[in-house]
Amino acid sequence: MLIIGEKLSIIARRVREAIQQRDKAPIQEIAVAQWKAGAGMIDANIGPAEEDGPSLMEWMVTTIQEVVPLPVCLDTTNAAAIEAGLKVHNNTWGRPMVNSTSNDPERFPMLDLAAQYNALIIGLTVGRGGLPADAEERCAIAAEIMARAMETGVPLEDLYLDPLVLQISTSQDHARHVLNAVSMFQELNDPPMKTVVGLSNISNGCPKHVRPILNRHFFALLMHEGLSAAIADPQEVFETIRTLDVLSGKTLYAHSYLET
Amino acid sequence: MTFAAPVETCPGSIYSVTFGSAKALTIGGETMLPFHSFEGAAPAAPAIAYEIQDIFPDDWPETLQRVYADVCGNPVAWAHYCEDECNAQAIALRLVGTHPDRGNRTSGEAAQVVSDVLRAVSVPLIILGSNHVEKDAEVLVAAADAAKGRRCIIGKAQEKNYKTITAAAMANDHLLIAMSELDINLCKQLNILITQMGFARDRILIDPMCSALGYGLDYTWSVMERIRIAALYQNDAVMQQPMVGDVGMYTWKTKEAQAPEAEMPKWGSLDERGIAWEAMTAGSMLLSGAELLIMRHPAAAKAVGDFVAELSA
Repeated sequence: MLIIGEKLSIIARRVREAIQQRDKAPIQEIAVAQWKAGAGMIDANIGPAEEDGPSLMEWMVTTIQEVVPLPVCLDTTNAAAIEAGLKVHNNTWGRPMVNSTSNDPERFPMLDLAAQYNALIIGLTVGRGGLPADAEERCAIAAEIMARAMETGVPLEDLYLDPLVLQISTSQDHARHVLNAVSMFQELNDPPMKTVVGLSNISNGCPKHVRPILNRHFFALLMHEGLSAAIADPQEVFETIRTLDVLSGKTLYAHSYLET
Repeated sequence: MTFAAPVETCPGSIYSVTFGSAKALTIGGETMLPFHSFEGAAPAAPAIAYEIQDIFPDDWPETLQRVYADVCGNPVAWAHYCEDECNAQAIALRLVGTHPDRGNRTSGEAAQVVSDVLRAVSVPLIILGSNHVEKDAEVLVAAADAAKGRRCIIGKAQEKNYKTITAAAMANDHLLIAMSELDINLCKQLNILITQMGFARDRILIDPMCSALGYGLDYTWSVMERIRIAALYQNDAVMQQPMVGDVGMYTWKTKEAQAPEAEMPKWGSLDERGIAWEAMTAGSMLLSGAELLIMRHPAAAKAVGDFVAELSA
């Protein structure tokens, strides 16, 4: 299970201020905490970054990789910023991930960048015409993204399909559609397609105390469906990962299994 | 038509473990299931340690005592004999005399025997308690202190007494045998507890508890097999240690190793029976992954050595 640490997001006030002031310390502190908590990759969410996107992404990638031996997930709709991040990315500890492409033509160039820089890429199963209604629609979009990836020269093993997690408070049915989609996506290719979710989206807008509960339980169900990766808070999910690994027989049980 | 064996590579491998000082011995390091040389490598061969005791082995059958007749009343002479006459790769000194029912010798006396034996031999030494859980907790501490600087293997740490024994092994830079009783989950738990104390994961040897042929060997065998599969195929870093087979102790007390020919004529030669029982048990444990065997009869050890050579050819 690849956990992509979600906490370096411009939406969080502390991160936004650090970014605005180009203050490395908070960024590095959060990156290190996520690494120690078990993240295999760090997401750098700089938002649309219409002003100064490229130099901002360069700064984020280098700042993170100065203190953490992990690859970075480049999270922005700004293609120039993605490219700038890919150029300075240190590949010693793994390949970078482009977050993301989709069925929206404005996001097609992301695939070219992934091909050019040999990066992994997230394919969000949404298009321009509104939200997908169910698992089947998500699969249809996934198939189109896969065809486009192959045409562009991105190997299907490098594509992580994201079934678009929607918040439970307004889209309760979609929790089930997402679970079904994760299962169905895997069957779109042999070997099975990889999958990823933005886990916290399920609890977006919920009361603070309820968010971790929704996140953890949804994550357990997603793991059972075969999810490969998640953009999430590593501290929130590590218990679930270890417990599911034991329940599914992937890891040998011992009473101190949570401490390993 | 030639047969091409399907090759499976595994994500995990077994830790390579070195013990002893003047003459060091390395075991482990395999990247595949036991003797599957077609799909991996075994950088070190399994090793056999000859067992000696701190007191005369009056509970050993006569056929076995006879082999060491002139020396087994004196641990130093016995150790010399194993190293010089039997060409032992390693020696396992079992401090049975410290058991409350066998002489109840003190930790101090045990430590003295350890020092004396260490002065006499250069091959690596394994120091074993009497398997009395409470007594071992103090005896092995004293033994570990006495053996400082010689990088011995101290055994065995169990769930009920591992704390002091682990601390002493750590303080004196020794390796440790962790024993659980045919319980794979307890085996893992014990390894976790030991490593949580700061003891290095790759200085532990797993003793899953040997059972003699006909007396539970299949249970020992399948636990070992499952441990190896977890180590190699699940890449479980907590289970990747080499394994120990304490064979002599469990095989020579069986009826098959002791019953006189007059009592069991259909069983044939008493001499051969005991040797066969030890050799068969040891050989089976090699197939399930044992890298270190603690044995008693030189003929059984030789048979096992020949077996390893054949399998490794």
